Amino acid sequence: MTDRTVSVVRAGALTTVQDLGRPGHAHLGVPRAGALDAPAHRLANRLVGNPETAATLETTLTGCALRVHTATTVAVTGAPCPVTVDGRPAPWGAPVHVPPGAVLEAGAVTHGLRAYLAFAGGIDAEPVLGSRATDLLSGLGPAPLADGTVLPLGRPQGPPAAVDTVPHPGPAAELVLPFLPGPRDTWFTDAGLRTLTAGRFRVSAASNRIGLRTEGPPLERARTGELPSEGMPLGALQVPPNGLPVLFLHDHPTTGGYPVVGVVPERHLAPAAQAAPGTPVRFVRMR
Amino acid sequence: MRPLPVGEHGLLIELDSAEEVEALHAELLRRAADGTLPPVGEMVPAARTVFLDGLADPCGLAAALPTWDIPPLAAADRPTVTIPVRYDGPDLADVAALWDVTPDEVVRLHAGTAFHVAFCGFAPGFGYLTGLPRQLHVPRRTTPRTRVPVGAVALAGPYTGVYPRSSPGGWQLIGTTDTVLWDPVREPAALLAPGTRVRFVPQDRQGRQDPQVPHAPQEPVV
Repeated sequence: MTDRTVSVVRAGALTTVQDLGRPGHAHLGVPRAGALDAPAHRLANRLVGNPETAATLETTLTGCALRVHTATTVAVTGAPCPVTVDGRPAPWGAPVHVPPGAVLEAGAVTHGLRAYLAFAGGIDAEPVLGSRATDLLSGLGPAPLADGTVLPLGRPQGPPAAVDTVPHPGPAAELVLPFLPGPRDTWFTDAGLRTLTAGRFRVSAASNRIGLRTEGPPLERARTGELPSEGMPLGALQVPPNGLPVLFLHDHPTTGGYPVVGVVPERHLAPAAQAAPGTPVRFVRMR
Repeated sequence: MRPLPVGEHGLLIELDSAEEVEALHAELLRRAADGTLPPVGEMVPAARTVFLDGLADPCGLAAALPTWDIPPLAAADRPTVTIPVRYDGPDLADVAALWDVTPDEVVRLHAGTAFHVAFCGFAPGFGYLTGLPRQLHVPRRTTPRTRVPVGAVALAGPYTGVYPRSSPGGWQLIGTTDTVLWDPVREPAALLAPGTRVRFVPQDRQGRQDPQVPHAPQEPVV
């Protein structure tokens, strides 16, 4: 019998199991979770013949290394990084055949933040509410990878994609976030709203899968006081009392008590997943 | 009722009271069940709002809402769960002082209250339970605890709640329950969903219902 598992040789800074998440449970306090760079997750799966719902590994900055105990096809997408099999260079953004016992390594990213590793058959972790995604806020799904962790693989479902080239993200010199104002933009002065669109913001090192925090000029509030807890969407620009917008990403809480000045549509969020600390941020009003 | 657009596919409906929130939420669930509500991705009731996300046409729904006839919610429409509690929390004496009663009276007042889940959040399975009269609302602890144990029964502001897992927290702890609030392999995973009625039943340390406490509800234990 084949041992359809991979074991973690080097877990990296933060490597989690991700899929398309568990939407539809916010009323029970369950965040959506799922791959922050969803297009990269989908591409990695397509390259190895998986449905887009299969679970991949999402790495952060330093990549990870895994010993593959069965012959399998692997693809690395997202943030560009050196890919090796037993130390020998292998292509990034393409299906790679890995023999049994070999070590696949995704190295430190050359730019961007998060790489996605797909294995033919997907990571077959135990689903929770229909998803295998790690949710760092709630602690649902598999724990972040640790050295020595063993992960099961599912059965390969289709042939790897035949590809010549895949889209290669250029270095993000600046993160541009288009947003629709509301629902609580009236909690800010006109000057505060001008600060949001004209101010020079940068990605804060305190960012994580819950939210992309920013550093910059604080937004001036028109009204003080507390806002009763209310539902928060993915992409919400929530402004805590320090006046600095936090962009809610996939592990965000389902309700919150600080005003949301605007919402970044989901289709514009993937670049936020790849914006490293220090990256300049520009907020662009959509209407 | 004030509908506010949220992004491209969301609608935040602001209401004047928790009762109006519950009535609208119940009406939305009714319309979803009979197929007359447009498809919705998320429906999140909260303290003064209901948030809908994943709508194809949020403006269309916002325009239709004022024409709806929304009946007030009848208590009989809600499912009920009963949660046995050992009233042994470290803040029981502090809550008694805030309420200006004895600790035994805190137990009687808490267990005698008909609570229901106003909304969920903070952690999977954590319900914000309302029902305490205004004079029994209490502030959070001035210094939050770094670790509140799983099953802690607690009070803060107008709410009571049960910690579904160990976490940091600033609520006043008055008791402990062995009831499992969140179990992802159970259906449903969350014992408490918005609208659910909740009764707390005092137990002694041996797990028996405490005979000293009058008016303890007699519903079956879930």
